[in-house]
Amino acid sequence: MSEENKQALGGGEFIIKDTDAMDIFIPEEFGEEQKMIGQMCTEFLAQEVVPVIERIDAAEEGLMPSLLEKAGEMGMLGISVPEELGGFNKNFVTSMLTTEKLGAGYSFSVALSAHTGIGTLPILYYGTEEQKNKYIPKLVSGEWKAAYCLTEPNAGSDANSGKTKAKLSEDGKNWVITGQKMWITNAGFADVFTVFAKIEDDDNLSAFIIDAHSEGITLNPEEKKMGIKGSSTRQVFFNEVKVPVENQLGERQIGFKIALNILNVGRIKLAGAVLGGAKETMDQAINYANERNQFGRPISKYGAIKYKLSRMAIKIFASESAVYRASQNIDDKIHSLIDSGMEKSKATLKGIEEYAIECAVMKVHSSEVLDYVVDEGVQIHGGMGYSAESAVERAYRDSRINRIFEGTNEINRMLSVDMMLKKAMKGTLDLMGPAQEVVGELMGIPDFGSGNESELELLHKYIKNFKKAVLMVAGSAAQTLMMSLAKEQEILMAISDMLIETYVSESVLLRVEKLQKTEGESEMNTLKMNAAKAYIYEAADKINILGKEALVSFAEGDELKMMLMGLKRFTKQDPVNIKELRRSIAEKMIAENKFIF
Amino acid sequence: MKILVAISKAPDTTSKISFTDGDTKFNEAGVQFIVNPYDEWYALVRALELKEANGGSVTTITVGGADADPIIRKALAIGADNAVRVDATPSDAYFVASQISEYAKDKEYDLVMTGKETIDYNGSQVGGLVAGMLDLPYLPNISKLDVAGTTATAEREIQGGEEVLETQLPLVLSASKGMAEQRIPNMRGIMAARAKKLEVIPAASGEALTEIIDYSLPPAKSAVKLIDPENAADLIELLHSEAKVI
Repeated sequence: MSEENKQALGGGEFIIKDTDAMDIFIPEEFGEEQKMIGQMCTEFLAQEVVPVIERIDAAEEGLMPSLLEKAGEMGMLGISVPEELGGFNKNFVTSMLTTEKLGAGYSFSVALSAHTGIGTLPILYYGTEEQKNKYIPKLVSGEWKAAYCLTEPNAGSDANSGKTKAKLSEDGKNWVITGQKMWITNAGFADVFTVFAKIEDDDNLSAFIIDAHSEGITLNPEEKKMGIKGSSTRQVFFNEVKVPVENQLGERQIGFKIALNILNVGRIKLAGAVLGGAKETMDQAINYANERNQFGRPISKYGAIKYKLSRMAIKIFASESAVYRASQNIDDKIHSLIDSGMEKSKATLKGIEEYAIECAVMKVHSSEVLDYVVDEGVQIHGGMGYSAESAVERAYRDSRINRIFEGTNEINRMLSVDMMLKKAMKGTLDLMGPAQEVVGELMGIPDFGSGNESELELLHKYIKNFKKAVLMVAGSAAQTLMMSLAKEQEILMAISDMLIETYVSESVLLRVEKLQKTEGESEMNTLKMNAAKAYIYEAADKINILGKEALVSFAEGDELKMMLMGLKRFTKQDPVNIKELRRSIAEKMIAENKFIF
Repeated sequence: MKILVAISKAPDTTSKISFTDGDTKFNEAGVQFIVNPYDEWYALVRALELKEANGGSVTTITVGGADADPIIRKALAIGADNAVRVDATPSDAYFVASQISEYAKDKEYDLVMTGKETIDYNGSQVGGLVAGMLDLPYLPNISKLDVAGTTATAEREIQGGEEVLETQLPLVLSASKGMAEQRIPNMRGIMAARAKKLEVIPAASGEALTEIIDYSLPPAKSAVKLIDPENAADLIELLHSEAKVI
């Protein structure tokens, strides 16, 4: 389908509208150049990073910055940066692919993501021409390394409550910054800090670009962490640090907005990066299961192991489908804004902001998929997985932070529902109309189906029903609880999880549908279809349980009874032999000795 | 210095090898293809190093269909100046060598380089055949190559030691491990590859002298048999009747 005919959905609209499978981007469609860029990243990790991973995790002085410089020489630090600033001006999907491939680099990928993401983007998106020209080319080349100073000891999730202050010097030439920042990635070697502070008694943060070697800046020693031990994480103290007034980034008090917008990008990028890590662990688990013999045969021959391997693969496949679907939505939005005359950095921000719900949703899903994958990865390795000599042990420890940084998964869950309801209240997303329709349907006679739907039609019906379940629960919760819903976080989290499962289920279905339509039948496409079916099958039960949890928490009497009946109807599926679906995928991976999707 | 490097596509080393059509064809479904490592890491990269030191140009040549284009563009991304693809199925070493020599014969290359073998068919014939057809000296399995003026000094491993060879350009050589370090194409190289010329030429007349009748996988390793030390007689029996060594 041509670009012009694409029916692009706005952010969050997936819950009330259908998407044509031909309109989404699927990873099978990467072009030759994109594949070559991806391969560059994989080869770079294999050649430069993996051989020294022990030294990286021992925080060997100078090693991480030298690797970032090498990455800069390769061009990896400026994939989507405009060419006039030393970058390669690639689209969002391409930069997502590099993020994913480099995501298999343990601590290195954290340092690199922090540098290229939260380190570089605030200046790229909000900087003046002078600021961009001064900093971006050196950040892209790796000559300067960047860090982002937002979090404080008492301002984590509640970032805007930071106490770091900026006041104007008497001569009016400098801002004088004083305060304490915590958990600052790359702090140990960064040359440039983007620092958030409140000017005078402002309510909101402002942002400043600060030379990390300025007088008055001191660092605490490296934090001792559970994982990503090679990533430099330190506290940074600012004691009357003088910053030239021209280094203020953006207008006064828009720092919090900068921080939030940068986090939107960070969230979807994190979702991509963890997929790279998950695929790496997946390969290691398959390899080990094929090599390890017990009771006279490889443990991969056992159903218990096949069950694990297949569920790991299915979750990765589904999450990947949604991450790239959202990435292409963002790309399309950016391009349409540029076409209508908006400047690129502004268009990029707006494009990502439009899909902030999807960004939050995917941050949660992918990071939890990674945690599942590394957990089962260790389990498949048995005692060897508990040994610090195994790669899965490192992966297990390194994974955990992903549910915490870039906004905890709890904050992101709350945000995803909150943003959706706000869009509804602003009138940009018509939630209530469709929610009313669902209530109307509850009163009517259930649709039993014709009984001769095709497999795809049936699966699409399930997804439609998932959406109805979300609309019913979210709609009635909003109506019943109104303003107090915000305080009912248990209910919000359940709704959010329903939303996540629905988005991912739909994405994986659209992917396999597009593959069937464009590539036709093949062994691989059958296996991908099996993965989609298995994912959706599990999602139905999850949505059912989550919906019940939410409904019984606020509804009562006949209304509750009716909605519980509706929920049952919306999550009902024809039985499938889930064991056989999973086995088909596991057995192919075992035969190929690698992740196959 | 004018250098021609013959590169071919080969299955990635992690590929699962299987056959179709009654074991008469290699099953390419799901196989990831790469630049044959001996062609890429050693021959091409050393060619680029020589060009960087002495000036000149590096052209790659491949005999194959359009499915070889991705690996050719990778070679361009690594740094080759331009590429030629002879549009024909690389049916056997003699055919491939005749195509390469036909292309190279009137172009006055100082060096024609290739990997010591492809990692799929491991024929190790193309370099020697090309040298024969072009009537040039041939240095096989070279692990180190230096050029000063028109004199080439090359090293190769031989049984129990190393041999140092010296000859005059032009020459043909095949590269083995150690001649250069792998180069990962960077963003600049990848972007530049798009603008470089990949010329597709029709095959010259030539014939294949061999054909593949069928394929088979190496026999699977059989399981180890453990014999209780008490039963030495069983061991002798097995060595005699099964292993047939005594």
